[in-house]
Amino acid sequence: MKTMQANVVTPDGSVFEGQVEMVTVKTTEGSLGIMANHLPLVANLTIGAVRLKTESEVQLIAVSGGFIEVRPDVVSVLAESAELPSDIDVARARAAKERAERRLERAKQENIDFKRAELALKRAINRLNVATGGQ
Amino acid sequence: MASLRDIKSRITSTKKTKQITKAMEMVSAAKLNRAQSKATAFFPYTEKIREVVSSIASGNEDSEEGISHPMLEARDEVKKTAYIVITSDRGLCGAYNSSLLRHTYKTINERHQSPEEYGLIVIGRVGRDFFKKRGMPIYQEIVGLQDQPEYGEIKNIASTTVQMFVDGIFDEIYLHYNHFVSVISQKVTESKLLPLNEFGAEAGAEGDSKKAAMEYIYEPDPKSILENLLPHYAESLIYGALLDAKASEFGARMTAMQSATNNATDRIDELTLVYNRARQAAITQEINEIVGGAAALE
Repeated sequence: MKTMQANVVTPDGSVFEGQVEMVTVKTTEGSLGIMANHLPLVANLTIGAVRLKTESEVQLIAVSGGFIEVRPDVVSVLAESAELPSDIDVARARAAKERAERRLERAKQENIDFKRAELALKRAINRLNVATGGQ
Repeated sequence: MASLRDIKSRITSTKKTKQITKAMEMVSAAKLNRAQSKATAFFPYTEKIREVVSSIASGNEDSEEGISHPMLEARDEVKKTAYIVITSDRGLCGAYNSSLLRHTYKTINERHQSPEEYGLIVIGRVGRDFFKKRGMPIYQEIVGLQDQPEYGEIKNIASTTVQMFVDGIFDEIYLHYNHFVSVISQKVTESKLLPLNEFGAEAGAEGDSKKAAMEYIYEPDPKSILENLLPHYAESLIYGALLDAKASEFGARMTAMQSATNNATDRIDELTLVYNRARQAAITQEINEIVGGAAALE
């Protein structure tokens, strides 16, 4: 199958570089699958998993927002944070999830930044999904 | 003349100082290496965002809807200017902080009449103390960053700053930091962070040849892409400046420590000479006394 170059880049450096057959991302408009020779495209990403299908395996990466740039032969994902399943601290993500849930619970009565807590919860769930799905 | 013992103890203490400065020099060299590789790793990220933003900005010249964004346009009236000043947390790095702070202080005094007209965002303890002491308005501060700062550490301060621009608290934002030229040379630099009006000019100049070939599909549309991208871009510029400043800091510290080590070596040589001379004099005197004593007995 035809492959293309894929890069996942964060401000702290590159997380993934390699030849892939297909990239699946979650954009603000919905899921998007990209294969080689796609038309040039730019899309916003939401918190979610980036799925990189190489010849032999499927690599998941948890990203928190950012955007994707597609060219016929290169796909770049730029995110503020991107983590491989092996880099995710499951215990920490789980704690973050519980904390965010409690906060959301309280936010119903008190005036707590609802959106922020919601985003934190999404990030934590995303990390957990990627960490467990990758095994 | 100082006694032999005094000179001896001064030599010992200078030697110890030299050991420390030598060690600090080597530590800084190692940190500098890491800071440089970090900056190299970061570079593709900004470069990529830049590319996409400028292709959107250049694309909108001929499209009829005309995509503009408040972050791209200079404001008619600049009521309040923000200065992001990046200094180090610790000293012992030569003129690194003082030359930067002097420059910033001078610039502010030249441009503004009253503290109402500007605000400061300070990174680093030395800068914070400097401006605090002079009672200048600090809007945000962050101290105690790691030697190799991660994006997450300054994410908050960067996005708040960008938000302040969007909210109209500031009309212009400048970055003041030491740019890394080489290990022995750092340049005090002022660069304009917001508004990002570089893209407008650039689009006209080179927009046609290279960029035209890359006609993107925007999902959902160019406007919301810009809305997402521009804050990220501005934030990443702050982070980029910080990495640059950190590299300069280690370069400056390395050079400072190197010259301190050299000075210590010279000082030790001098003192050793004085010590030997004094020892010689003491021996000569002793011989003289013995000879004198023997002569008196005859």
